[in-house]
Amino acid sequence: MRTYFRNVYRSLITILIGMRQTWRHLFTPSVTLQYPHEKWDLPVGTRQQLFVNIDDCIGCYKCARICPVDCIYIDTVKAKPDEDLGKASTGNPIRQHVVRFDIDMFKCCYCNFCTTVCPTDCIYMTDKYETSVYDRSNGIYHFSKYAPDYAAKLIVDEKEAEAAKAAARAAAKEKAMAAKKAKVAE
Amino acid sequence: MQALAEAAGKFVFFIGLIVLNIAAILTWVERKQSAVMQDRIGANRATIFGIRMLGMFHMLADMLKLFTKEFFIPMGARRFVYLLAPMISLLFALVGFAAIPFGDTLILGGREIPLQIANVNIGILYIFAVLGMAVYGVVLGAWASNNNYALLGGLRASAQMLSYEVAIGVSLVGVIMVYQTVDLMEIARAQGQLLWGWLPQWGILLQPLGFLIFMTAGIAETKRIPFDAPEGESEIVGYFIEYSGMGFGMYFLTDFLETILIASLTVTFFLGGFQVPYLYADGFHFPWGQAILLPNIAVAALQFLSFLIKLIVLLFIMMAIRWTLPRFRYDQIMHLGWKILLPASLINILITAVVLTIIG
Repeated sequence: MRTYFRNVYRSLITILIGMRQTWRHLFTPSVTLQYPHEKWDLPVGTRQQLFVNIDDCIGCYKCARICPVDCIYIDTVKAKPDEDLGKASTGNPIRQHVVRFDIDMFKCCYCNFCTTVCPTDCIYMTDKYETSVYDRSNGIYHFSKYAPDYAAKLIVDEKEAEAAKAAARAAAKEKAMAAKKAKVAE
Repeated sequence: MQALAEAAGKFVFFIGLIVLNIAAILTWVERKQSAVMQDRIGANRATIFGIRMLGMFHMLADMLKLFTKEFFIPMGARRFVYLLAPMISLLFALVGFAAIPFGDTLILGGREIPLQIANVNIGILYIFAVLGMAVYGVVLGAWASNNNYALLGGLRASAQMLSYEVAIGVSLVGVIMVYQTVDLMEIARAQGQLLWGWLPQWGILLQPLGFLIFMTAGIAETKRIPFDAPEGESEIVGYFIEYSGMGFGMYFLTDFLETILIASLTVTFFLGGFQVPYLYADGFHFPWGQAILLPNIAVAALQFLSFLIKLIVLLFIMMAIRWTLPRFRYDQIMHLGWKILLPASLINILITAVVLTIIG
Protein backbone atom coordinates (compact mmCIF):
# COMPACT_ATOMS: atom_id res chain seq x y z
CA MET A 1 0.00 0.00 0.00
CA ARG A 2 2.80 2.39 0.89
CA THR A 3 4.73 1.57 -2.27
CA TYR A 4 1.55 2.13 -4.26
CA PHE A 5 1.17 5.69 -3.01
CA ARG A 6 4.88 6.29 -3.22
CA ASN A 7 4.77 5.24 -6.87
CA VAL A 8 1.85 7.57 -7.58
CA TYR A 9 3.61 10.44 -5.83
CA ARG A 10 6.89 9.77 -7.59
CA SER A 11 5.29 9.58 -11.02
CA LEU A 12 3.61 12.95 -10.46
CA ILE A 13 6.83 14.54 -9.19
CA THR A 14 8.93 13.17 -12.04
CA ILE A 15 6.43 14.53 -14.56
CA LEU A 16 6.80 17.95 -12.95
CA ILE A 17 10.60 17.66 -13.04
CA GLY A 18 10.48 16.76 -16.71
CA MET A 19 8.08 19.60 -17.43
CA ARG A 20 10.41 22.04 -15.66
CA GLN A 21 13.20 20.91 -17.94
CA THR A 22 11.15 21.39 -21.10
CA TRP A 23 9.88 24.72 -19.81
CA ARG A 24 13.42 25.94 -19.24
CA HIS A 25 14.42 24.90 -22.73
CA LEU A 26 11.45 26.78 -24.14
CA PHE A 27 13.33 29.98 -23.38
CA THR A 28 16.79 28.78 -24.35
CA PRO A 29 17.88 30.27 -27.68
CA SER A 30 18.24 27.76 -30.44
CA VAL A 31 21.64 26.42 -31.38
CA THR A 32 20.73 25.62 -34.97
CA LEU A 33 23.02 26.95 -37.66
CA GLN A 34 21.17 27.05 -40.96
CA TYR A 35 24.10 25.55 -42.79
CA PRO A 36 24.21 26.66 -46.40
CA HIS A 37 23.34 30.21 -45.32
CA GLU A 38 25.34 30.35 -42.10
CA LYS A 39 28.59 28.59 -41.34
CA TRP A 40 30.71 27.88 -38.32
CA ASP A 41 33.98 29.79 -37.97
CA LEU A 42 36.69 27.21 -38.54
CA PRO A 43 39.51 26.97 -36.00
CA VAL A 44 42.86 28.63 -36.67
CA GLY A 45 45.22 26.39 -38.66
CA THR A 46 42.40 24.36 -40.12
CA ARG A 47 43.46 22.09 -42.99
CA GLN A 48 41.11 22.25 -45.93
CA GLN A 49 41.55 23.06 -49.60
CA LEU A 50 45.17 23.75 -50.65
CA PHE A 51 45.99 26.94 -52.47
CA VAL A 52 49.17 28.07 -54.25
CA ASN A 53 50.07 31.71 -54.65
CA ILE A 54 51.91 31.03 -57.90
CA ASP A 55 53.48 34.49 -58.08
CA ASP A 56 55.64 33.57 -55.11
CA CYS A 57 56.52 30.05 -56.27
CA ILE A 58 60.20 29.64 -57.09
CA GLY A 59 59.81 26.14 -58.46
CA CYS A 60 62.00 24.44 -55.86
CA TYR A 61 60.08 21.11 -55.92
CA LYS A 62 60.29 20.81 -52.13
CA CYS A 63 56.55 20.35 -51.70
CA ALA A 64 56.37 17.77 -54.47
CA ARG A 65 59.20 15.81 -52.93
CA ILE A 66 57.89 15.78 -49.37
CA CYS A 67 54.34 14.95 -50.35
CA PRO A 68 53.66 11.47 -48.92
CA VAL A 69 50.99 10.69 -51.50
CA ASP A 70 52.65 12.41 -54.49
CA CYS A 71 49.70 14.55 -55.32
CA ILE A 72 51.64 17.64 -56.40
CA TYR A 73 52.88 17.74 -60.00
CA ILE A 74 55.38 20.43 -60.97
CA ASP A 75 57.19 21.10 -64.26
CA THR A 76 59.66 23.91 -64.52
CA VAL A 77 61.67 25.53 -67.27
CA LYS A 78 64.94 27.24 -66.38
CA ALA A 79 65.05 30.90 -67.19
CA LYS A 80 67.58 32.01 -69.77
CA PRO A 81 70.58 33.89 -68.31
CA ASP A 82 69.36 37.17 -69.73
CA GLU A 83 65.79 36.67 -68.47
CA ASP A 84 64.78 38.24 -65.15
CA LEU A 85 61.75 36.63 -63.51
CA GLY A 86 61.88 38.92 -60.47
CA LYS A 87 61.76 37.96 -56.85
CA ALA A 88 59.23 36.32 -54.58
CA SER A 89 57.68 38.52 -51.89
CA THR A 90 60.00 36.88 -49.36
CA GLY A 91 63.05 37.97 -51.34
CA ASN A 92 63.96 34.65 -52.91
CA PRO A 93 64.92 35.15 -56.55
CA ILE A 94 62.79 33.21 -59.03
CA ARG A 95 65.00 31.36 -61.49
CA GLN A 96 62.57 29.15 -63.36
CA HIS A 97 59.22 29.27 -65.09
CA VAL A 98 56.73 27.10 -63.20
CA VAL A 99 54.89 25.90 -66.29
CA ARG A 100 52.84 23.29 -64.45
CA PHE A 101 51.68 23.23 -60.84
CA ASP A 102 48.81 20.75 -60.38
CA ILE A 103 47.44 19.45 -57.09
CA ASP A 104 45.21 16.38 -57.10
CA MET A 105 42.89 17.13 -54.16
CA PHE A 106 41.45 13.61 -54.34
CA LYS A 107 44.82 12.24 -53.40
CA CYS A 108 45.72 14.91 -50.87
CA CYS A 109 45.78 13.62 -47.29
CA TYR A 110 45.86 17.07 -45.67
CA CYS A 111 49.08 16.35 -43.80
CA ASN A 112 50.25 19.97 -44.08
CA PHE A 113 53.87 18.91 -44.96
CA CYS A 114 54.03 20.90 -48.18
CA THR A 115 53.11 24.15 -46.49
CA THR A 116 55.78 23.58 -43.82
CA VAL A 117 58.63 23.08 -46.25
CA CYS A 118 57.75 25.84 -48.69
CA PRO A 119 60.55 28.43 -48.48
CA THR A 120 58.32 31.27 -49.64
CA ASP A 121 55.12 30.17 -47.88
CA CYS A 122 53.32 30.30 -51.21
CA ILE A 123 51.39 27.03 -50.70
CA TYR A 124 48.94 27.05 -47.86
CA MET A 125 45.69 25.56 -46.56
CA THR A 126 42.57 27.67 -46.97
CA ASP A 127 39.30 27.35 -45.00
CA LYS A 128 37.31 26.32 -48.06
CA TYR A 129 35.80 22.88 -47.51
CA GLU A 130 32.86 22.54 -49.89
CA THR A 131 34.94 21.06 -52.71
CA SER A 132 32.75 18.36 -54.13
CA VAL A 133 32.79 18.26 -57.92
CA TYR A 134 30.83 16.39 -60.56
CA ASP A 135 33.81 14.99 -62.45
CA ARG A 136 37.02 13.40 -61.27
CA SER A 137 39.08 15.67 -63.49
CA ASN A 138 37.65 18.70 -61.71
CA GLY A 139 39.35 17.59 -58.52
CA ILE A 140 42.75 18.37 -59.99
CA TYR A 141 43.52 22.02 -59.47
CA HIS A 142 45.79 23.87 -61.87
CA PHE A 143 47.70 26.76 -60.37
CA SER A 144 50.24 27.61 -63.08
CA LYS A 145 49.75 31.04 -64.63
CA TYR A 146 51.26 29.97 -67.99
CA ALA A 147 48.91 29.37 -70.87
CA PRO A 148 49.21 25.74 -72.07
CA ASP A 149 50.56 26.55 -75.53
CA TYR A 150 53.09 29.03 -74.15
CA ALA A 151 54.15 26.47 -71.55
CA ALA A 152 54.53 23.87 -74.29
CA LYS A 153 56.59 26.30 -76.31
CA LEU A 154 58.83 26.99 -73.33
CA ILE A 155 59.33 23.29 -72.78
CA VAL A 156 60.11 22.71 -76.45
CA ASP A 157 62.50 25.65 -76.47
CA GLU A 158 64.29 24.32 -73.44
CA LYS A 159 64.50 20.87 -74.97
CA GLU A 160 65.89 22.32 -78.19
CA ALA A 161 68.38 24.42 -76.29
CA GLU A 162 69.40 21.40 -74.28
CA ALA A 163 69.71 19.31 -77.41
CA ALA A 164 71.78 22.02 -79.03
CA LYS A 165 73.92 22.22 -75.96
CA ALA A 166 74.34 18.47 -75.88
CA ALA A 167 75.21 18.46 -79.57
CA ALA A 168 77.73 21.23 -78.99
CA ARG A 169 79.18 19.35 -76.08
CA ALA A 170 79.35 16.13 -78.14
CA ALA A 171 81.02 18.01 -80.96
CA ALA A 172 83.50 19.54 -78.56
CA LYS A 173 84.19 16.15 -77.08
CA GLU A 174 84.70 14.63 -80.50
CA LYS A 175 86.98 17.47 -81.38
CA ALA A 176 88.98 16.92 -78.24
CA MET A 177 89.10 13.19 -78.90
CA ALA A 178 90.21 13.82 -82.45
CA ALA A 179 92.87 16.18 -81.17
CA LYS A 180 94.01 13.62 -78.62
CA LYS A 181 94.09 10.91 -81.28
CA ALA A 182 96.10 13.11 -83.53
CA LYS A 183 98.47 13.82 -80.66
CA VAL A 184 98.87 10.11 -79.97
CA ALA A 185 99.37 9.38 -83.65
CA GLU A 186 102.02 12.01 -83.76
CA MET B 1 -36.31 25.90 -40.22
CA GLN B 2 -34.89 28.83 -38.33
CA ALA B 3 -33.50 26.51 -35.66
CA LEU B 4 -31.81 24.49 -38.37
CA ALA B 5 -30.23 27.58 -39.89
CA GLU B 6 -29.12 28.60 -36.44
CA ALA B 7 -27.50 25.22 -35.80
CA ALA B 8 -25.87 25.31 -39.23
CA GLY B 9 -24.46 28.76 -38.52
CA LYS B 10 -23.06 27.66 -35.18
CA PHE B 11 -21.65 24.53 -36.81
CA VAL B 12 -19.87 26.52 -39.50
CA PHE B 13 -18.56 29.01 -36.98
CA PHE B 14 -17.40 26.62 -34.27
CA ILE B 15 -16.32 23.49 -36.12
CA GLY B 16 -15.49 24.90 -39.53
CA LEU B 17 -13.89 28.13 -38.45
CA ILE B 18 -12.43 27.40 -35.04
CA VAL B 19 -11.88 23.70 -34.48
CA LEU B 20 -10.58 22.70 -37.90
CA ASN B 21 -8.31 25.72 -38.05
CA ILE B 22 -6.90 24.98 -34.63
CA ALA B 23 -6.34 21.39 -35.74
CA ALA B 24 -4.41 22.61 -38.78
CA ILE B 25 -2.39 25.04 -36.71
CA LEU B 26 -1.65 22.29 -34.20
CA THR B 27 0.26 20.35 -36.84
CA TRP B 28 2.49 23.39 -37.15
CA VAL B 29 2.60 24.05 -33.40
CA GLU B 30 3.67 20.51 -32.73
CA ARG B 31 6.70 20.83 -34.97
CA LYS B 32 7.59 24.34 -33.91
CA GLN B 33 7.10 23.83 -30.20
CA SER B 34 9.12 20.64 -30.18
CA ALA B 35 11.86 22.47 -32.05
CA VAL B 36 11.92 25.34 -29.59
CA MET B 37 11.93 22.92 -26.67
CA GLN B 38 14.87 21.07 -28.15
CA ASP B 39 16.78 24.30 -28.85
CA ARG B 40 16.22 24.01 -32.59
CA ILE B 41 14.56 26.38 -35.06
CA GLY B 42 12.06 24.01 -36.61
CA ALA B 43 10.04 24.13 -39.77
CA ASN B 44 10.82 27.31 -41.69
CA ARG B 45 11.53 26.23 -45.25
CA ALA B 46 8.11 26.66 -46.85
CA THR B 47 7.71 30.12 -48.31
CA ILE B 48 5.22 31.87 -50.51
CA PHE B 49 6.90 34.64 -52.50
CA GLY B 50 9.60 34.87 -49.88
CA ILE B 51 7.15 35.28 -47.01
CA ARG B 52 8.15 32.82 -44.35
CA MET B 53 5.78 33.55 -41.42
CA LEU B 54 7.69 31.27 -39.02
CA GLY B 55 7.07 28.31 -41.30
CA MET B 56 3.27 28.58 -41.04
CA PHE B 57 2.95 27.57 -44.69
CA HIS B 58 4.14 24.10 -43.81
CA MET B 59 0.60 23.17 -42.91
CA LEU B 60 -0.54 24.21 -46.37
CA ALA B 61 2.29 22.22 -47.88
CA ASP B 62 1.42 19.21 -45.73
CA MET B 63 -2.20 19.37 -46.76
CA LEU B 64 -1.34 19.67 -50.43
CA LYS B 65 0.97 16.71 -50.10
CA LEU B 66 -1.63 14.54 -48.38
CA PHE B 67 -4.27 15.40 -50.95
CA THR B 68 -2.09 14.69 -53.95
CA LYS B 69 -0.55 11.47 -52.73
CA GLU B 70 -1.88 8.16 -53.96
CA PHE B 71 -4.47 6.48 -51.78
CA PHE B 72 -3.26 2.93 -51.92
CA ILE B 73 -5.48 -0.04 -51.13
CA PRO B 74 -3.38 -3.06 -50.23
CA MET B 75 -4.02 -6.47 -51.72
CA GLY B 76 -6.57 -8.48 -49.77
CA ALA B 77 -7.93 -5.45 -47.94
CA ARG B 78 -11.67 -5.18 -47.36
CA ARG B 79 -12.20 -2.34 -49.77
CA PHE B 80 -15.42 -0.89 -48.37
CA VAL B 81 -14.42 -1.05 -44.72
CA TYR B 82 -10.94 0.13 -45.56
CA LEU B 83 -12.36 3.26 -47.14
CA LEU B 84 -14.97 3.73 -44.44
CA ALA B 85 -12.76 3.41 -41.35
CA PRO B 86 -10.90 6.75 -41.53
CA MET B 87 -14.18 8.52 -42.20
CA ILE B 88 -15.75 6.94 -39.12
CA SER B 89 -12.73 8.00 -37.14
CA LEU B 90 -12.96 11.58 -38.36
CA LEU B 91 -16.73 11.72 -38.00
CA PHE B 92 -16.78 10.75 -34.34
CA ALA B 93 -13.94 13.11 -33.57
CA LEU B 94 -15.97 15.94 -35.13
CA VAL B 95 -19.46 15.27 -33.77
CA GLY B 96 -18.15 15.39 -30.22
CA PHE B 97 -17.81 19.15 -30.57
CA ALA B 98 -21.56 19.48 -31.02
CA ALA B 99 -22.19 19.27 -27.28
CA ILE B 100 -19.48 21.67 -26.19
CA PRO B 101 -20.71 25.10 -25.05
CA PHE B 102 -18.39 27.83 -26.26
CA GLY B 103 -20.37 30.73 -24.83
CA ASP B 104 -23.51 31.59 -22.93
CA THR B 105 -26.58 33.04 -24.61
CA LEU B 106 -26.15 35.43 -27.50
CA ILE B 107 -29.11 37.70 -28.25
CA LEU B 108 -29.19 38.36 -31.97
CA GLY B 109 -32.18 40.14 -33.52
CA GLY B 110 -34.37 39.36 -30.54
CA ARG B 111 -33.56 35.65 -30.64
CA GLU B 112 -31.81 33.97 -27.75
CA ILE B 113 -29.13 31.73 -29.20
CA PRO B 114 -27.36 29.37 -26.81
CA LEU B 115 -23.76 29.13 -28.03
CA GLN B 116 -23.68 25.36 -28.25
CA ILE B 117 -24.31 23.50 -31.48
CA ALA B 118 -26.62 20.82 -30.12
CA ASN B 119 -28.33 21.61 -26.88
CA VAL B 120 -28.51 18.04 -25.58
CA ASN B 121 -29.43 17.82 -21.93
CA ILE B 122 -27.59 14.52 -21.50
CA GLY B 123 -24.34 16.03 -22.74
CA ILE B 124 -21.97 13.88 -20.70
CA LEU B 125 -23.59 10.66 -21.89
CA TYR B 126 -23.40 11.93 -25.46
CA ILE B 127 -19.69 12.63 -25.03
CA PHE B 128 -19.15 9.14 -23.61
CA ALA B 129 -20.99 7.65 -26.56
CA VAL B 130 -18.89 9.61 -29.05
CA LEU B 131 -15.63 8.71 -27.32
CA GLY B 132 -16.78 5.10 -27.27
CA MET B 133 -17.53 5.10 -30.99
CA ALA B 134 -14.10 6.50 -31.81
CA VAL B 135 -12.62 3.08 -31.20
CA TYR B 136 -14.56 1.65 -34.17
CA GLY B 137 -12.67 3.73 -36.71
CA VAL B 138 -9.43 2.44 -35.31
CA VAL B 139 -10.39 -1.22 -35.08
CA LEU B 140 -12.13 -1.35 -38.46
CA GLY B 141 -9.20 0.35 -40.17
CA ALA B 142 -6.76 -2.02 -38.52
CA TRP B 143 -8.75 -5.08 -39.41
CA ALA B 144 -9.56 -4.07 -42.99
CA SER B 145 -5.90 -3.39 -43.81
CA ASN B 146 -5.17 -7.12 -44.06
CA ASN B 147 -1.91 -6.54 -42.21
CA ASN B 148 -0.85 -8.36 -39.05
CA TYR B 149 0.95 -5.38 -37.60
CA ALA B 150 -1.98 -3.09 -38.22
CA LEU B 151 -4.27 -5.60 -36.51
CA LEU B 152 -1.97 -5.80 -33.50
CA GLY B 153 -1.81 -2.02 -33.36
CA GLY B 154 -5.60 -1.91 -33.52
CA LEU B 155 -5.82 -4.40 -30.64
CA ARG B 156 -3.48 -2.28 -28.55
CA ALA B 157 -5.48 0.82 -29.43
CA SER B 158 -8.84 -0.70 -28.58
CA ALA B 159 -7.58 -2.15 -25.29
CA GLN B 160 -6.11 1.20 -24.31
CA MET B 161 -9.13 3.26 -25.34
CA LEU B 162 -11.59 0.96 -23.58
CA SER B 163 -9.54 0.91 -20.38
CA TYR B 164 -9.19 4.65 -20.23
CA GLU B 165 -12.83 5.29 -21.06
CA VAL B 166 -13.62 3.66 -17.72
CA ALA B 167 -11.34 6.09 -15.91
CA ILE B 168 -12.76 9.04 -17.85
CA GLY B 169 -16.30 8.02 -17.03
CA VAL B 170 -15.72 7.43 -13.33
CA SER B 171 -13.67 10.60 -12.90
CA LEU B 172 -16.55 12.66 -14.30
CA VAL B 173 -19.00 11.23 -11.75
CA GLY B 174 -17.47 13.62 -9.23
CA VAL B 175 -18.21 16.54 -11.51
CA ILE B 176 -21.80 15.37 -11.97
CA MET B 177 -22.19 15.07 -8.19
CA VAL B 178 -20.88 18.56 -7.56
CA TYR B 179 -22.90 20.37 -10.22
CA GLN B 180 -25.95 18.07 -10.03
CA THR B 181 -26.43 17.90 -13.81
CA VAL B 182 -25.24 16.07 -16.91
CA ASP B 183 -25.96 18.98 -19.25
CA LEU B 184 -22.68 20.49 -20.37
CA MET B 185 -24.22 23.96 -20.71
CA GLU B 186 -25.57 23.74 -17.16
CA ILE B 187 -22.19 22.55 -15.88
CA ALA B 188 -20.47 25.48 -17.57
CA ARG B 189 -23.05 27.92 -16.17
CA ALA B 190 -22.78 26.44 -12.67
CA GLN B 191 -19.05 27.17 -12.71
CA GLY B 192 -19.81 30.88 -12.87
CA GLN B 193 -21.22 30.86 -9.36
CA LEU B 194 -19.01 31.95 -6.51
CA LEU B 195 -17.83 29.97 -3.54
CA TRP B 196 -17.77 31.97 -0.28
CA GLY B 197 -18.62 35.04 -2.26
CA TRP B 198 -15.28 35.42 -4.09
CA LEU B 199 -13.95 32.12 -5.44
CA PRO B 200 -15.30 31.01 -8.85
CA GLN B 201 -16.68 27.47 -8.61
CA TRP B 202 -14.39 26.02 -11.26
CA GLY B 203 -14.07 22.26 -11.46
CA ILE B 204 -10.32 22.32 -10.94
CA LEU B 205 -10.89 23.86 -7.49
CA LEU B 206 -13.73 21.54 -6.49
CA GLN B 207 -12.39 18.41 -8.16
CA PRO B 208 -8.56 18.65 -8.32
CA LEU B 209 -8.11 14.88 -8.27
CA GLY B 210 -10.80 14.45 -10.90
CA PHE B 211 -9.02 17.01 -13.08
CA LEU B 212 -5.73 15.10 -12.91
CA ILE B 213 -7.39 11.77 -13.67
CA PHE B 214 -9.47 13.20 -16.51
CA MET B 215 -6.45 14.88 -18.10
CA THR B 216 -4.32 11.74 -17.88
CA ALA B 217 -7.03 9.45 -19.18
CA GLY B 218 -7.91 12.02 -21.84
CA ILE B 219 -4.37 12.16 -23.18
CA ALA B 220 -4.41 8.36 -23.22
CA GLU B 221 -7.69 8.49 -25.13
CA THR B 222 -6.11 10.65 -27.83
CA LYS B 223 -3.39 8.00 -28.32
CA ARG B 224 -0.60 10.54 -28.22
CA ILE B 225 2.78 10.32 -26.52
CA PRO B 226 3.26 9.21 -23.73
CA PHE B 227 0.37 6.85 -24.52
CA ASP B 228 1.13 6.24 -28.18
CA ALA B 229 1.74 2.50 -27.97
CA PRO B 230 -1.10 1.92 -30.51
CA GLU B 231 0.52 4.22 -33.07
CA GLY B 232 4.24 4.42 -32.45
CA GLU B 233 4.91 5.97 -35.85
CA SER B 234 8.65 5.53 -35.76
CA GLU B 235 9.21 2.11 -34.23
CA ILE B 236 6.26 -0.14 -33.37
CA VAL B 237 3.92 0.21 -36.27
CA GLY B 238 0.35 1.17 -35.57
CA TYR B 239 -3.13 0.57 -36.86
CA PHE B 240 -2.91 2.97 -39.82
CA ILE B 241 0.29 1.54 -41.25
CA GLU B 242 -1.34 0.64 -44.58
CA TYR B 243 -3.02 4.00 -45.06
CA SER B 244 -1.52 6.57 -47.36
CA GLY B 245 -2.66 9.83 -48.87
CA MET B 246 -5.80 11.32 -47.43
CA GLY B 247 -6.70 8.11 -45.59
CA PHE B 248 -3.67 8.65 -43.44
CA GLY B 249 -4.49 12.36 -43.45
CA MET B 250 -7.87 11.65 -41.88
CA TYR B 251 -6.35 9.56 -39.09
CA PHE B 252 -3.74 12.26 -38.63
CA LEU B 253 -6.42 14.94 -38.41
CA THR B 254 -8.46 12.75 -36.06
CA ASP B 255 -5.52 12.68 -33.69
CA PHE B 256 -5.42 16.45 -33.47
CA LEU B 257 -9.21 16.78 -33.36
CA GLU B 258 -9.35 14.34 -30.47
CA THR B 259 -6.70 16.35 -28.69
CA ILE B 260 -8.81 19.47 -29.14
CA LEU B 261 -11.94 17.57 -28.05
CA ILE B 262 -10.29 16.36 -24.86
CA ALA B 263 -8.87 19.82 -24.20
CA SER B 264 -12.23 21.51 -24.71
CA LEU B 265 -13.93 18.92 -22.51
CA THR B 266 -11.36 19.59 -19.81
CA VAL B 267 -12.03 23.31 -20.19
CA THR B 268 -15.77 22.73 -19.95
CA PHE B 269 -15.67 20.43 -16.96
CA PHE B 270 -12.75 21.76 -14.94
CA LEU B 271 -11.63 25.20 -16.11
CA GLY B 272 -14.96 26.98 -16.00
CA GLY B 273 -15.90 26.48 -19.64
CA PHE B 274 -16.59 29.87 -21.17
CA GLN B 275 -16.74 31.60 -17.78
CA VAL B 276 -14.73 34.71 -17.09
CA PRO B 277 -14.40 35.27 -13.33
CA TYR B 278 -17.07 37.72 -12.07
CA LEU B 279 -18.60 38.17 -15.54
CA TYR B 280 -22.36 37.77 -15.57
CA ALA B 281 -24.99 38.15 -18.28
CA ASP B 282 -25.05 41.93 -17.86
CA GLY B 283 -21.39 42.64 -17.16
CA PHE B 284 -18.77 42.40 -14.44
CA HIS B 285 -19.83 42.32 -10.79
CA PHE B 286 -16.74 42.22 -8.64
CA PRO B 287 -16.96 40.85 -5.08
CA TRP B 288 -15.84 44.21 -3.69
CA GLY B 289 -18.98 45.80 -5.04
CA GLN B 290 -17.74 47.41 -8.24
CA ALA B 291 -19.73 46.72 -11.40
CA ILE B 292 -18.99 47.27 -15.08
CA LEU B 293 -22.06 46.85 -17.26
CA LEU B 294 -21.53 45.47 -20.75
CA PRO B 295 -23.86 44.84 -23.71
CA ASN B 296 -24.81 41.23 -24.43
CA ILE B 297 -22.65 40.96 -27.55
CA ALA B 298 -19.54 42.05 -25.64
CA VAL B 299 -20.27 39.54 -22.91
CA ALA B 300 -20.69 36.75 -25.46
CA ALA B 301 -17.46 37.77 -27.21
CA LEU B 302 -15.58 37.86 -23.90
CA GLN B 303 -16.91 34.44 -22.97
CA PHE B 304 -15.97 32.95 -26.30
CA LEU B 305 -12.51 34.53 -26.06
CA SER B 306 -12.07 33.12 -22.58
CA PHE B 307 -13.03 29.65 -23.82
CA LEU B 308 -10.58 29.96 -26.69
CA ILE B 309 -7.70 31.17 -24.53
CA LYS B 310 -8.23 28.39 -21.99
CA LEU B 311 -8.39 25.87 -24.83
CA ILE B 312 -5.17 27.11 -26.40
CA VAL B 313 -3.28 27.18 -23.11
CA LEU B 314 -4.41 23.65 -22.34
CA LEU B 315 -3.45 22.46 -25.82
CA PHE B 316 -0.04 24.01 -25.34
CA ILE B 317 0.39 22.15 -22.07
CA MET B 318 -0.74 18.87 -23.68
CA MET B 319 1.79 19.39 -26.47
CA ALA B 320 4.47 20.15 -23.90
CA ILE B 321 3.64 16.88 -22.14
CA ARG B 322 3.96 15.12 -25.47
CA TRP B 323 7.51 16.37 -25.88
CA THR B 324 8.47 15.82 -22.26
CA LEU B 325 7.55 12.25 -21.42
CA PRO B 326 8.82 9.08 -23.07
CA ARG B 327 6.40 6.44 -24.27
CA PHE B 328 4.88 4.03 -21.74
CA ARG B 329 5.18 0.33 -22.31
CA TYR B 330 1.93 -1.50 -23.03
CA ASP B 331 1.83 -3.19 -19.62
CA GLN B 332 2.58 0.14 -17.95
CA ILE B 333 -0.35 1.69 -19.77
CA MET B 334 -2.68 -1.06 -18.55
CA HIS B 335 -1.24 -0.80 -15.04
CA LEU B 336 -1.77 2.95 -14.96
CA GLY B 337 -5.28 2.69 -16.31
CA TRP B 338 -6.69 -0.13 -14.21
CA LYS B 339 -4.63 -0.05 -11.02
CA ILE B 340 -4.05 3.66 -10.49
CA LEU B 341 -6.51 5.85 -12.37
CA LEU B 342 -9.60 3.71 -11.75
CA PRO B 343 -9.07 3.30 -7.95
CA ALA B 344 -8.09 6.97 -7.72
CA SER B 345 -11.28 8.05 -9.45
CA LEU B 346 -13.32 5.78 -7.17
CA ILE B 347 -11.61 7.37 -4.16
CA ASN B 348 -12.45 10.74 -5.70
CA ILE B 349 -16.13 9.80 -5.81
CA LEU B 350 -15.96 8.69 -2.16
CA ILE B 351 -14.31 11.92 -1.02
CA THR B 352 -16.74 14.02 -3.03
CA ALA B 353 -19.72 12.14 -1.56
CA VAL B 354 -18.46 12.54 2.01
CA VAL B 355 -17.73 16.25 1.58
CA LEU B 356 -21.08 16.89 -0.10
CA THR B 357 -22.91 15.05 2.69
CA ILE B 358 -21.12 17.05 5.38
CA ILE B 359 -21.74 20.39 3.66
CA GLY B 360 -25.32 19.39 2.98
